[in-house]
Amino acid sequence: MAEIVIKGVAKQFGAFTALHSVDLTIADQEFMVLLGASGCGKTTLLRIIAGLEAPSQGEVWIGGRRVDHLPPRARGIAMVFQNYAVFPHLTVFENIAFGLRMANMPQAEVERRVTRTAELMHIGQLLKRYSGELSGGQRQRVAVARALAMEPDVILMDEPLSNLDALLRLEMRAELKGVLAQSKTTTIYVTHDQVEAMSLADRISVMNGGYIVQADRPTEVYRNPAARFVGSFIGNPPMNFLPASPDGAGRWRVAGRVFDGPHAEAAEFAIRPEDLQAASDGLNAEVRVVEPLGPHTLITAEVAGQPFRAVLESDRQVAPGDVITLAPVPDRIRWFDPETHKAIA
Amino acid sequence: MSDVTIPGPRREEVNRAGRFLFGAGIALLVLWVLVPIWFLFVNALSAPSEVTGFPKRFWPSFDLASVRFFWNFQGVTNALWNSIKVAVLTMILSIGMGAPAGYALSRFDFPGKEFFRVLVIMTRAFPLPLLALPLAVMFIRTGLDDTVLGLALVHAMLALPFAVLITFSLFSGIPVELEEAAWTLGCTRLQAFVKVVLPLALPGIAASAVFAFVISWNEVFAAAVLTIENRTLTAFLLQSLNVSPLPLKFAGGAALVLPALIFIFAVRKYLFAMWGIANR
Repeated sequence: MAEIVIKGVAKQFGAFTALHSVDLTIADQEFMVLLGASGCGKTTLLRIIAGLEAPSQGEVWIGGRRVDHLPPRARGIAMVFQNYAVFPHLTVFENIAFGLRMANMPQAEVERRVTRTAELMHIGQLLKRYSGELSGGQRQRVAVARALAMEPDVILMDEPLSNLDALLRLEMRAELKGVLAQSKTTTIYVTHDQVEAMSLADRISVMNGGYIVQADRPTEVYRNPAARFVGSFIGNPPMNFLPASPDGAGRWRVAGRVFDGPHAEAAEFAIRPEDLQAASDGLNAEVRVVEPLGPHTLITAEVAGQPFRAVLESDRQVAPGDVITLAPVPDRIRWFDPETHKAIA
Repeated sequence: MSDVTIPGPRREEVNRAGRFLFGAGIALLVLWVLVPIWFLFVNALSAPSEVTGFPKRFWPSFDLASVRFFWNFQGVTNALWNSIKVAVLTMILSIGMGAPAGYALSRFDFPGKEFFRVLVIMTRAFPLPLLALPLAVMFIRTGLDDTVLGLALVHAMLALPFAVLITFSLFSGIPVELEEAAWTLGCTRLQAFVKVVLPLALPGIAASAVFAFVISWNEVFAAAVLTIENRTLTAFLLQSLNVSPLPLKFAGGAALVLPALIFIFAVRKYLFAMWGIANR
């Protein structure tokens, strides 16, 4: 059992606040992804959980034990670093065995675990090599195997795939998901890649400016962003936003059309580009750029002077300069408070 | 287009002149270094009678009479042994203090870090002649005068800035993630240093130790002022310069230069690294 509880963790670097009082609970065996742009505090939070950084305030609990005063070695964690951190003076075998030897494990058990994790990560034939003789992908495998061999309660991963090329990243992503699901550890995985986050996570914590903006299941984060930032950060292309003006109780005028909306002082209209349908009745959009992507076509248009994107069926014939009518799917429309940028239910 | 041509050297002539100047400059610098060394060795390895002779032969006659004479000269072996003792002690002291300082500079942020770095270099700003007299007085009071330890302390001070600088660049070249990975795998800070950082830094630390050895080996001023009975080789040769015959001076000079040359050549890669020049 290794539930992770983070209570009011904050971190200041001099005058700069990297984390503002973060609260987060990660269930046993859950795969939690910390997602955000660089500088949002996700790596700082991971390093605080690992014990490589001390929090300025707050508590970190792992498996019912308060650990924020403990050194990394006493926390029952293993970590995979962005640049792999494979020890260059040791063979692959000794790299994987490093933590086991530190724990004074008998030689037979060391050999059993190293062989098993190496097989699992498909590097069984590389055990005698040194880090300098490995490719980036192979080094990444060694780093993951080294963490898995510890059979830790918690695995922490700091952008482990970001140094790999695109094809290899795709392959490793699927493999990681399988391996980690089998190992039954709690995983915290830091990335700036939303596709990686969506595909791996049980839950995603979207971070921005030192806050956790939303922590929820990937589909929930995608469908029901808790804040404008989440909608604009997740999704490629991101969510469209349009200003709205009140038009009677619960009715809002958006780009000349009237929609049913929340009962509120002010609101901003939002819709995902793929939740638009070409129809005879809807928002008038002046097409600027047409990008055929194969399965569908990406349209960049202008609606009421605002940039606006739509993903349409690829059999639609559209040319720049055309004015088309885009109808939002009614139950996919979202509303945000223009002041707080929070979602309005 | 106008067909005015500016009279002057053509491009290839300029290039040729530039190449010639470049080559001549290099030749001059090489000769500047090599001629004295050649002179030293050709005389040290020639028969005493040849030393005063002119013109010199390019290859020495490999007559070991000079060297033998030097070796049997009263006090030489003792001075040589003193030189080795002082240099080894200097090596231990400067690495023992310099490597931790280099590690701290590369891994920790602490108040006054930049000031400390300047201060380390500043120890070389005071000319030794200025320090020698007060040091001699202090050493006589504390009983450190004319001892191997006393001289080694002064030499360690001279070698320390280099030891700190070399080890600083050495440790900075080892990614901190390697240490962090070791911590997460069960190491204390000290264990991570011993198991991960030290194996990677050892060749460079050895180089910096050798450099400290050479600094002590070559140092003459402090050695001459602070020792009387237990002279090092440099101080001994300086003292007996005007009473010893020419072959002895050359043989002594060669004996001093040879280890320094070999050592510096062996560790040149790391000395370049000290100044931030890529070493691969």
